[in-house]
Amino acid sequence: MDNSKIGHHISEQFNKELEDIRNKVLTMGGLVEQQIELAVKAFTTGDIEIAEQVIKQDNLVDAFEMAIDQECTQILALRQPTAFDLRLLLTVIKIINELEIVGDLAERIAKMSIHLSSTEGKRDNYYEVQHMAELVKDMLHRALDVFARMSIENITDITGLDENVDREYSSIIRQLITQMMEDPRNITRTLDVLWTVRALERIGDHACYICEHLIYMIKGEAVRHLTQEELEKKVKGA
Amino acid sequence: MTTQESPRSHAIDMSSVLRGVGDHEPQQTCIEVKNLNLFYGTKQALHGINMSMPKKRVTAYIGPSGCGKSTLLRCINRMNDLVDSARIEGEILVNGENIYDKSVNVAALRRQVGMVFQKPNPFPKSIFENVAYGLRIQGINDKRTLEETVEKALRGAALWDEMKDRLNDNALGMSGGQQQRLVIARAIAIEPEVLLLDEPASALDPISTLKVEELINELKEKYTIVIVTHNMQQAARVSDYTAFMYMGELIEMGNTSELFTNPKKKQTEDYITGRYG
Repeated sequence: MDNSKIGHHISEQFNKELEDIRNKVLTMGGLVEQQIELAVKAFTTGDIEIAEQVIKQDNLVDAFEMAIDQECTQILALRQPTAFDLRLLLTVIKIINELEIVGDLAERIAKMSIHLSSTEGKRDNYYEVQHMAELVKDMLHRALDVFARMSIENITDITGLDENVDREYSSIIRQLITQMMEDPRNITRTLDVLWTVRALERIGDHACYICEHLIYMIKGEAVRHLTQEELEKKVKGA
Repeated sequence: MTTQESPRSHAIDMSSVLRGVGDHEPQQTCIEVKNLNLFYGTKQALHGINMSMPKKRVTAYIGPSGCGKSTLLRCINRMNDLVDSARIEGEILVNGENIYDKSVNVAALRRQVGMVFQKPNPFPKSIFENVAYGLRIQGINDKRTLEETVEKALRGAALWDEMKDRLNDNALGMSGGQQQRLVIARAIAIEPEVLLLDEPASALDPISTLKVEELINELKEKYTIVIVTHNMQQAARVSDYTAFMYMGELIEMGNTSELFTNPKKKQTEDYITGRYG
């Protein structure tokens, strides 16, 4: 891991504190990725045990958020960081918030899968849901990778994927509507699927927000609320 | 972030929302430094400095010890004239006039450009006489004029309420923070245009420091202020513009809020984040 951006402070202690925060964020990110993976697995296989594990583990995600938040507050109060250090901490505070929300979304998927397994008669493999989950997991993973490497070179490739996610989302929704119209007995089941793909779509968005925060961290320029084209222009203008 | 949902264009002009963060209005220049070189004997202490400082704004110089920030500050009211070995090339314009021009009366310049040092240096006289001193040497001895001016200056330096019943006490009996504000009162009694502050709060406790900072904030309504400080958080708090100097060179100057969140030069970043280069 390249820590040239974090290290080299005259205060060795400060280096350690920042390094520690970075590692915790990455661990939290890994945990959240795992939560999505397990939740989707629970959803597609109908395995209630896995779903319950996801719900239980969400506490851990929350605990991570609070702990990292507190460490950032401490550093802000004690060290009055500036420039990159300041942006790093502000970004971390935002990223962990995004991750916490993604954790909640994974928990929601887990809850949906428990509900689904109790209502459903016929099993389905939900290939579309799986595919969409792969997409958003990949986005989140790559966003966290940018944070680990602290280089935003190809970051707009990640945000660009959101368009695929949205397309996938629309197409699944259309399909679900058709199913509901075909047979109203499908509605309960279909709603569970709908909430799940909605959650996945949101995860994709939060991965994009993380990317935006990272661009601010590296470049010092606020780039939120831009279109993909505007974003690409901003990043290339480096 | 569903792109179909909303075109993400700015319906509102962001610049109006963001105003107030940093200084975006075009400013009238008060002090302009043009290609300034300064030598102490053969050693060059300032290298080709160019900068302009806006009127009625606070400009802070930051940088490590020996980077030339105090030297540059002292150039603005020609304090370096007092150093025998110092030699200067280039120009400093105050309100468009080159202060190093032969025709300039240095005493008049220093009336226009007042200075406050790191260690408060009140005269061993009464509080009243300290503030009235500048007027007396200008030949003003009218009692009423003196009283009015002293009161105004002490109010300006946020000292009047504390000191109004002690005007005849010796100034050396005041606390360090009070002395520093007294010295500022003495400087503003003669109504200069520019105030140069060389580490004005570095010898003060945190509360007195905050009072001096608060004072700087009030004074900038009337005066152009240039401050040298080692305390970066202080520079960040009190100044509108910050100049970072290193080894006698001006590395970067900009809006304080920008310089402290997103400096352009790596040297600046390393310095303000406490890194070794």
